[in-house]
Amino acid sequence: MTSLRWRKLVSGFMLTMTGVCALVAVSVLFFILGYLVYHGGKFISWSFFTQLPKPVGEPGGGMSNAIVGSAKLLFIASLIGVPVGFFGAIYLAEFSGSKSAFVVRYAADLLNGVPSIVIGIFAYALVVLPFKHFSTLAGGFALGIMMVPITLRSTEEFLLAVPNSLREGAMALGASKWKTIATVIVPAAYRGILTAVLLAFARVAGETAPLLFTALGNRYWSPGWNQPTASLPVAIFTYATGPYEDWHRQAWAAGLVLLGLILVINIVARAVLARGIAVPRS
Amino acid sequence: MATSTTTVHGAGPLVGSRSFLSKLREGDEIARMITFLFAASVVLVTLLLIFELWQDSALARHKFGLHFFVTRVWDPIFDQFGALPFIYGTLVTASTALFIAVPLGIGAAIFLAELAPARLSDALEFFIDLLAAVPSVIYGLLGIFIIVPVMRDYVQPALKQSLGFLPLFSGPAYGVGFLTAGIVLAIMVIPYIISVSREILLSVPRDQREAALGLGSTRWESTWKVVVPFARSGILGSVFLALARALGETMAVTMVIGNSPTISASLFSPGDTIASVIANQFTEATGDLYLQSLIELGLVLFLLTFILNGLARLLIVLTSQRGSKVSPA
Repeated sequence: MTSLRWRKLVSGFMLTMTGVCALVAVSVLFFILGYLVYHGGKFISWSFFTQLPKPVGEPGGGMSNAIVGSAKLLFIASLIGVPVGFFGAIYLAEFSGSKSAFVVRYAADLLNGVPSIVIGIFAYALVVLPFKHFSTLAGGFALGIMMVPITLRSTEEFLLAVPNSLREGAMALGASKWKTIATVIVPAAYRGILTAVLLAFARVAGETAPLLFTALGNRYWSPGWNQPTASLPVAIFTYATGPYEDWHRQAWAAGLVLLGLILVINIVARAVLARGIAVPRS
Repeated sequence: MATSTTTVHGAGPLVGSRSFLSKLREGDEIARMITFLFAASVVLVTLLLIFELWQDSALARHKFGLHFFVTRVWDPIFDQFGALPFIYGTLVTASTALFIAVPLGIGAAIFLAELAPARLSDALEFFIDLLAAVPSVIYGLLGIFIIVPVMRDYVQPALKQSLGFLPLFSGPAYGVGFLTAGIVLAIMVIPYIISVSREILLSVPRDQREAALGLGSTRWESTWKVVVPFARSGILGSVFLALARALGETMAVTMVIGNSPTISASLFSPGDTIASVIANQFTEATGDLYLQSLIELGLVLFLLTFILNGLARLLIVLTSQRGSKVSPA
């Protein structure tokens, strides 16, 4: 049929092509990063972090309100996402029977797959409508809901990876179950758990869609937790789609700040904290 | 209640034989209840999400019924709402994305799993994971300012000149539209395809490769005719996962699709997806019917991704199990 030489040629060619595919995929990351640094770096200045947005037409100004707004949103999100994810994972890994564990896991995976814009609708219906207010709380709630399944499932895997002999050892010394968990199992898995929390945090830090109609946006300082607030992702969206050159520059700068933050958290979590342990995919 | 009920069963490693009261005194029952409450709240929130989507779209569901899915008109002024343009736009952008992302993603996964030495593979996988962490609004930002102009000035005119006889590539080149949204989506879902497919390929037992090579096949033949077919359903799972992401993706698409509820055979035409119309119009929705129609769109999106995610997970689990069953190690 076909000669060996031809088959070897095909083999070499196709294998090279797979390498090209991998190269293309990875180079996208460096392209994004390079372009943002090149384009956004010029516009980052001290005032970007310290000043409010200027009225349209006036050059300068910053995004301090969006940066603080993002921090507030992420604070509320963590208040919801971390405890629910952490204690839920302890239940799954240490207490639950196989049936209830199946139900909780199923719900968490389902929640994890829900598109972020739908989470936004949910938060709107649950928090915005009853209070009749777009608010920081509603935005934080939406982000918190998104954090829960990511934290829960990865924390559970790290807990399950703790060897059973540690549990048995603690029990043999007469420790009760919760004491075993609190003093042996969680400390043994803490690096993994911290990684899980950080990755979930980084994931929701860049979410825009669930904030559009919960936290809304604000050109000024948000006056309170039950008032609309600016946030970095929404600010990038508004400024990038707006018609003014000056807005576009601010969007680039904000994009660089946001991406920098998210990549740094990811690198710290994956390469430093989680060195040597497999990070489950969310 | 004999002693047989107190023996360790599948529930966990620590089910002992102490009485309920002593467990309560030692705090175990309390700890169990507290953690149970948190775990149960996850289930509760999920059920509540489904309930809210169903409940808050009741008006639109009753008014339009199944016509909602086949009506082309989206007219807030006359309270006429049909989902067809958005369903069309969602399917067109997602399939365009998969058309580009599947060959690239699987190719890269083959390289990472079969060819690259373990250290290089892990290093590249690290970058792929970082790429998956880039938020969608950043892709949108680059889409608006880089991809849209390039599409308008170079890619679309070139496509028109060479393949313009196809209705797919006809019409004016705006830069924004289905094709651009599809390309941005492709870039966004490639990391998911690569990561999951790579893991699936790595789970294919070694002896499969050795047998193929032993029978005299080339490296590529053993990969393409033995390893990939073995992992086929898992790879399909990764594609479904990517499809679910592509359907639900909001910001990047909203920023480059042009936002007009049109159904056009041309990929150059501006359009709208389910997610993008919700993002654009939700805060402006005046009137209950308008808002509830948007929520019904959200419900449709939820159901689509729910089904796809379920299928994907099933396929991936089945393939990895098959891999571990064949190899005794």
